Amino acid sequence: MTIGIVVFPGSNCDRDVRWALEGCLGEPTRFLWHEERDLTGLDAVVIPGGFSYGDYLRCGAIARFAPVLQEVSAFAERGGPVLGICNGFQVLTELGLLPGALTRNRSLHFLCETTRLRVEPGACQWLQHYTSGEQISLPIAHGEGRYQVDPDDLQQLADRGQIVLRYVANPNGSVGDVAGLSNQRGNVLGLMPHPERACDSATGGIDGRRLLELACG
Amino acid sequence: MPLFHARVQVTLRPSVLDPAGEATRAAAARLGVHGVQRLRIGKSVDVALEAPDLAAAQAQLELLSDRLLANPVIEDWSLELAEAA
Repeated sequence: MTIGIVVFPGSNCDRDVRWALEGCLGEPTRFLWHEERDLTGLDAVVIPGGFSYGDYLRCGAIARFAPVLQEVSAFAERGGPVLGICNGFQVLTELGLLPGALTRNRSLHFLCETTRLRVEPGACQWLQHYTSGEQISLPIAHGEGRYQVDPDDLQQLADRGQIVLRYVANPNGSVGDVAGLSNQRGNVLGLMPHPERACDSATGGIDGRRLLELACG
Repeated sequence: MPLFHARVQVTLRPSVLDPAGEATRAAAARLGVHGVQRLRIGKSVDVALEAPDLAAAQAQLELLSDRLLANPVIEDWSLELAEAA
């Protein structure tokens, strides 16, 4: 198994994801620079957090045109597992692989804290090691994490079981308390919290391990 | 090729919360400007574009506005376009 980790100019959680996958879980990884077009040999792709392209224009707005993401979209179309963390979630919505948009936190504050989440795995491959209704703790660190989508679309997402992670105490004003979203097929997950920062008890929690373990098949 | 000047206005859709606008509206009161009923913050993008003719410029700017400058999930956009003097 080899996991690809996309790196844009301004990504800053790429090495944390490598550390979590290789260091904590023993899985080989390969960095994918934003101009990379070769995804051969990869079993999953992670789009990490950070400030790709400085968050210029909108978070993820410029990253979505990176050459590597054309290949990642095709990979996702073929059923390949794709995980977008924080800025990665923003990129996935700008790319259209997930619906909706991430906007400025309601409080205008950059939130840097541990938050409780409720998991509804549904068909999402990435959450199969969690049980329905389980509550976990993961760190968040974002200024633009408020999920926004039209009410009719939100209802449809809920009906289809695509809202797979909800905030227990909504910190940023996301509609529907959405913290993480899956595509219908279940191979693409976007979430604002950072599972890679919860894989080693030395960093305060290990609730993220079971999510990243799924990258390893 | 002729040069065209465009100004694209990007605004938040009415249904989208604008906390930055709300914070700015509160600050207006502190400045002594009361009675601000609504304050919403958008973006203005100035573009100078080379294109064979006005129709081509219009088409390219619509593409640019719809796919890059604005996110249609949360934003509306409008375009003013003229050939450079």
